[in-house]
Amino acid sequence: MNTLKKVSSNPHIRGKVTTNHLMLAVIIALLPACGFGIYNFGLGALWVILITVASTVLTELLYEIILKKPITIGDFSAVVTGILLALNLPVSVPWWICVIGGVFAILVVKMLFGGLGQNFMNPALAARCFLLISFTSIMTNFECDAYTGPTPLALLKQGEVTNVYDMVIGRCNGTIGETSMIAIVIGACFLLLLGVIDLRVPGTYLLSFVIFVGLWGPAGFDLQYISAQLAGGGLMLGAFFMATDYVTRPVTVKGQYVYGIFLGLLTFLFRIFGSSAEGVSYAIILGNLLVPLIEKYTRPMAFGKRRGM
Amino acid sequence: MEQKMTRTTFVGGIHPYEGKELSKDKPILDILPGSDLVYPLSQHIGAPAVPIVKKGDRVLVGQKIAEAGGFVSACICSSVAGTVKAIEPRRVVTGDMVMSIIIENDNTYEEVEYPAVRPLEEMTKEEIISCVQEAGVVGMGGAGFPTHVKLSVKKPEKIDYVIVNCAECEPYLTSDYRRMIEEGDKILEGLKVALALFPNAKGVLAIEDNKPDCIELFKEKTVDESRILVRKLKTKYPQGAERSLIYAVTKRKLDSSRLPADVGCVVNNADTIVAIGQAVLHRKPLMERIVTITGDAIKEPRNFRVKIGTNYHELIEAAGGFKTEPEKIISGGPMMGFGVFELDLPTTKTASALVCLTKDEVSLLEPTACINCGRCLEVCPARLMPNKLSDFSAKHKEEEFIKYYGMECVECGCCSYVCPAKRYLAQNIKSMRKTVLSKRKK
Repeated sequence: MNTLKKVSSNPHIRGKVTTNHLMLAVIIALLPACGFGIYNFGLGALWVILITVASTVLTELLYEIILKKPITIGDFSAVVTGILLALNLPVSVPWWICVIGGVFAILVVKMLFGGLGQNFMNPALAARCFLLISFTSIMTNFECDAYTGPTPLALLKQGEVTNVYDMVIGRCNGTIGETSMIAIVIGACFLLLLGVIDLRVPGTYLLSFVIFVGLWGPAGFDLQYISAQLAGGGLMLGAFFMATDYVTRPVTVKGQYVYGIFLGLLTFLFRIFGSSAEGVSYAIILGNLLVPLIEKYTRPMAFGKRRGM
Repeated sequence: MEQKMTRTTFVGGIHPYEGKELSKDKPILDILPGSDLVYPLSQHIGAPAVPIVKKGDRVLVGQKIAEAGGFVSACICSSVAGTVKAIEPRRVVTGDMVMSIIIENDNTYEEVEYPAVRPLEEMTKEEIISCVQEAGVVGMGGAGFPTHVKLSVKKPEKIDYVIVNCAECEPYLTSDYRRMIEEGDKILEGLKVALALFPNAKGVLAIEDNKPDCIELFKEKTVDESRILVRKLKTKYPQGAERSLIYAVTKRKLDSSRLPADVGCVVNNADTIVAIGQAVLHRKPLMERIVTITGDAIKEPRNFRVKIGTNYHELIEAAGGFKTEPEKIISGGPMMGFGVFELDLPTTKTASALVCLTKDEVSLLEPTACINCGRCLEVCPARLMPNKLSDFSAKHKEEEFIKYYGMECVECGCCSYVCPAKRYLAQNIKSMRKTVLSKRKK
């Protein structure tokens, strides 16, 4: 008993959940969408996923080695970014698109702003939008071995009827991970059950989108049209996996509802009135920019505080 | 009295590993202290007590050895008979050196003659409160706020709830549980004394539902009591925090600018209520308390009735000593207690437990970047933004810290507990609160 014991400020115990656990849960939740993408588009999809993940992880590693910073790839956040970016790419992209996207996502959007937790935009989405603007024709080339036609959303935009059943299953054209609503929802349910995400953002996002489309869309509250809008494009992937990104969504509860409605409105505007059929990515990164403002005005009232005191 | 048995609680909170199974079935064991007993003059909130004995004096059990240093202060009575050996600074659980009276125990336990007991009905409110004051009763749940101050409410008729905090929401602690199981009548006795002060109040025994036996027991005991009811609370930390408890029982909310009395409540911990009863009905000063000695490093975790002033070493020995060498020893519960670096410390009025852990898990954790997950906001019982507050604290942004209600923090530690990045949220917030409070005092 001559040795002095360790002291520290309370609390002296901690919960078991760590950042790694959360990231691993997201990776597991993305596996159904990855699996379906590979099944739907062939082994090419696997290569896109692997190359993108390798480039995001290596970028973070090299950046930290060169700048002699602590190595953080063990938190798996770069893997999540890589998978999300890959799922947002068409299967036909050349390998260097994956690499440019991965490097941009990690280096420019994440590390230059201070690393994990400091980025003001979702790295995967920002990289996707960067690629869309820089390499538009490659990024919108949905010609592949499995499908030759345009994406269902593009068809919908032209006023054609789409097969909603196929869209829910995912047997249609699009980016690697966005086509199967079922695969995405299975992953989302896993995260919801674990409490990693909640329905506040995706719920208000999807609900407000449906209401806007129903009220001011071309087909009113037509079940067929609205289901096609919900199942098509990146809406499901965006709502459950990218709008819920902790770092770039408001942390306040009220703010999360405001954010969800804002995303619903933007997605509606981009999809219905924009020149492109898709608008989820732009809606979410624009929403990301508003997060500090939303948080500022939705600061919660402390317990027992009365207004004006 | 017909009793509603719906479970009530507050918003936020956490469910840590309880660890109560280690000691909950161990009956209270009386232990006698060894040679030297140490009485720090400051074991309560407020002015330190002033010694009224000097070196060489012989004192008896129950004899007052230090007078309260003001209204918000408490006197200290000796828990043994013996000779005053010294009055000198000694280390206490917070790590500070505090002026203390040291009494050499002569093992005779010769008692002073306590003042004559008078029936409660004949006593005035002032007399009741002065009995509590003379007994040196303070909040024994951990805060140590002088109880007579709490009971001296401006408008006693406005109080409609006297709440006995039997939540015992801190992990590992079982002293209140044993008190309820073994000495429930003493709690009811004390509660009746408190109710005598507040003519319009109901007494509420607020118990977490992980202690169903206590709930049943008190329901039986209070069947014929028209003014006492039992309330079942959801088991959740910090259910026993004053504001959370008041909300769970009455649905009334209060912030730091108001006192429980402002919303018609008086809250006392179970042990404190017993001390009130002892002080008024038996005229016995506060000299002992129940302490849980537990943790995975202890050979035989137990609950002891301890003379205040007893050295911690003796308590550990009484519990069979260490099974394995502990890495961390906590005075109090693991959420709000103090880590102590040595055991040569006295038991004080507010010492509810010693938790001895083989592993100090906290020292192994490296804080990483905040990912803005929002878990700290969800668990905060004060509904604050601990992520932001901690950040303001680290950047010395005092104004923003206050604007974001940093001073409403109850320091329960839930935010640090849930943080997946293991950041020192509560710790940062606490240090900024100390800075602001010390400036306000000036």
